[in-house]
Amino acid sequence: MPDTHSPAIRSNQPADAHAAVYRYDEFDKTFIFERVEQFRAQVERRLKGEITEEEFKPIRLMNGLYLQLHAYMLRVAVPYGMLSSTQVRRLARIARVYDKGYGHFTTRQNIQFNWPKLEDVPTILRELAEVDMHAIQTSGNCIRNVTTDQFCGAAADELVDPRVYAEILRQWSTMHPEFTYLPRKFKIAITGSPNDRAAVQVHDIGLIAKKDEVTGRVGFTVYVGGGQGRTPYLAVKARDFVPVEEIIGYLEAILRVYNQLGRRDNIYKARIKITVNEMGADKFIGLIEEEYARLPRQKFYVDPAIVDAIQTHFAPPPWVDLPAISDSFEAAKAADPAFARWTRTNLTEHKTPGYAIATISLKPIGGIPGDAEADQLETVADLADLYSFGEVRVTHEQNLVLAHVRKDDLYPLWKALDAAGLGTANAGLISDIIACPGLDYCALANTRAIPVAQRIAERFADLDRQHDLGELKVKISGCINACGHHHVGHIGILGVDKKGEEFFQILLGGDAGTNAALGEIVGPGFDYDGIIDAVETVVNTFVKLRQPGEIFIQTLARTGHAPFKEALYARA
Amino acid sequence: MPVLDRGLPIDDRWTDLADDQDIPAEGAVIVSLERWRTERDALTSRRDAVGVRLKSNQLATEIADDLGSLSLVALEFPKFRDGRAFSAARELRERFDYKGEIRAFGHIIPDQYLFLTRVGVDTVVVPADRVGPAWAHALKEISVAFQPALGSEEGTSLLRRHLKGTVPA
Amino acid sequence: MLVKAKGTQQSVAASRLLDGEAVWLGTGNIWVEDVAQAAVFDGADAIAEALAFAKAEEKRQIVVDVYPLDVEITEAGTRPTHLRERLKGIGPTVRRDLGKQARQPAA
Repeated sequence: MPDTHSPAIRSNQPADAHAAVYRYDEFDKTFIFERVEQFRAQVERRLKGEITEEEFKPIRLMNGLYLQLHAYMLRVAVPYGMLSSTQVRRLARIARVYDKGYGHFTTRQNIQFNWPKLEDVPTILRELAEVDMHAIQTSGNCIRNVTTDQFCGAAADELVDPRVYAEILRQWSTMHPEFTYLPRKFKIAITGSPNDRAAVQVHDIGLIAKKDEVTGRVGFTVYVGGGQGRTPYLAVKARDFVPVEEIIGYLEAILRVYNQLGRRDNIYKARIKITVNEMGADKFIGLIEEEYARLPRQKFYVDPAIVDAIQTHFAPPPWVDLPAISDSFEAAKAADPAFARWTRTNLTEHKTPGYAIATISLKPIGGIPGDAEADQLETVADLADLYSFGEVRVTHEQNLVLAHVRKDDLYPLWKALDAAGLGTANAGLISDIIACPGLDYCALANTRAIPVAQRIAERFADLDRQHDLGELKVKISGCINACGHHHVGHIGILGVDKKGEEFFQILLGGDAGTNAALGEIVGPGFDYDGIIDAVETVVNTFVKLRQPGEIFIQTLARTGHAPFKEALYARA
Repeated sequence: MPVLDRGLPIDDRWTDLADDQDIPAEGAVIVSLERWRTERDALTSRRDAVGVRLKSNQLATEIADDLGSLSLVALEFPKFRDGRAFSAARELRERFDYKGEIRAFGHIIPDQYLFLTRVGVDTVVVPADRVGPAWAHALKEISVAFQPALGSEEGTSLLRRHLKGTVPA
Repeated sequence: MLVKAKGTQQSVAASRLLDGEAVWLGTGNIWVEDVAQAAVFDGADAIAEALAFAKAEEKRQIVVDVYPLDVEITEAGTRPTHLRERLKGIGPTVRRDLGKQARQPAA
């Protein structure tokens, strides 16, 4: 039986005892329940009319509660994407009891529920608090959930475990007395590896771990002023190296400069990227440095003791010694081509011999990107308990990850996933699309995005064709706020409202990875039916032009946009 | 308008002067930064205390050199969402070591009160129809803080206890 | 994105405070859940009066996010002219089993 693999089960511990989630201490627990009661009282004051909707709105947003097109929406924080199976089961329960039986994973590694009632939300938050979860600062003009690399703690190329610092930043930013009424929202991403899997350069602050070659000290390269939205910017480097002990002080300096000088006269110019670019990066960085030089740094010194204390929450699970090659895995691949295909896209190398990182696609062909039914969440929780120390991760590409699977277990894992509609072999391929909720749910959107993603996936439903195309990242936003990351898609799609009709522009050449780049609009937009043909034209052009071994973005870089434009607009 | 200290209304000795109001011979007065600059001598030659109002776009640095003459600095919230005064208060305390009273006025909601006290604000001006138990309650409902700031050091989280400067070595 | 209403025939949309349900001002100043039943206000004065009532309802903690929208009158009832407002009236097009579209039409 596979469950004998689990050391936790053998020792009568909970199956997720080794899941690398931050487990609350008495202070955290006191805080989280006080916060729930605070929100309950705030809702009561709102219902009694003691505070206006205008005043209540930022309060509910800072507790994750939006008002969308059809209903309220509650965005629950998944700190740096890490969940235990207990937490996943609680999310499934919330979906079933208080919502409509499903949840939607977001590009910031969170999960949202689309149909909660205002009067139920304090109770939902209490249910979350019981499993060390919350919805704090998942919206509003404050420091948001810190995101990171979904492969942290398992990837072979990691310098430091970013979760430790992401957790420190989560605590530091929680109800920060000075930085909770910022000009605009503020997003921090952190990666512990020089290979950026967290898109740090399109964040307000991006941190990339770095080791000082001379001293051996660990710290971060700090980027500031990146972002997508209607005016996308890649972040500029503020400092090449800030030692980990000084990182909170340095962030305090950045936030203070921004809080004082960021624009408050125009919501579209209020993000730090605008401040940086209007002022000039050099001047802005100069102000940060001045502020940092005079801050009471002692007060913000990150003692190695706190790093050690938090590190214990992210201790590696008890991997066992295994041969690097699993005979049963190799045999299953040889016997089952569908499984073999999944292993080509949905597995990533683990740093420990005999283990692999498995990506669970939430992008079944024709499905809604990032949606998971309550039953599916429970299946994932069960499989995590059986095969991956009870731990589940959310990726910014709206998929899930089991990070520590024995190669011997991959075949039964995939069979179980496949039976639950979670076994699609498309991670990183053309149907692994990021799409914002768009006009199907969002009150701000101009066009729908989900059905465009569905129809692209259906057009390329043939998995052999997708595998032949190789890595190709399609990202779709239903308005210029760019929640679907269209600026950094290899193929980006932006929905625009043209006299009440949905139109879609194509961008080419964006990249969210280590070589971050913003895509460029190729030309006039396409209508709702035409956009799918247009994407196929782009793809067919790539197939015609590619040289052996090239992926889309490489071919595009080599040929430039001209042949693609020509193919798209030649007939006009 | 009522002034709250630790959640409760207090007798206030300050008169908030508009720029076109005459400066009274006696009594503590609060004036705008502009008036302070132009009528500084007249204001400091009186026996009673002087305070200065800062608009939300006026940084604490603007009065840094004058703080020795000021018994109060009042920080404006033109809208409760405009959070610049949170930084101004903290700069007054931490950077300029200001020991006088810091007062917040304008559009403020009880839900901001705890934050205000944690960045060094002493008193809050509240419209009469908004005085109520929510203010005192707001100071008690969250007993844990995660980051170093100003005010009481009780209820420190693991992180805060380990950030140097908050616990004696 | 919300499109500014500028036609001569308009209705008034809102969301119910307690549960977030999309509602429209119906005849007789009651809130209805079916956009087809939304009252149609003709001309600037009638629209302004309806909006004033709706804003007062906001102050009474009944609804939030009140705004006017362009509509046309069809055989099936009131129909918003803009896509966003039509979708608000039915639910997500990618989940036909959810939202107003999944309910039995009013008799």
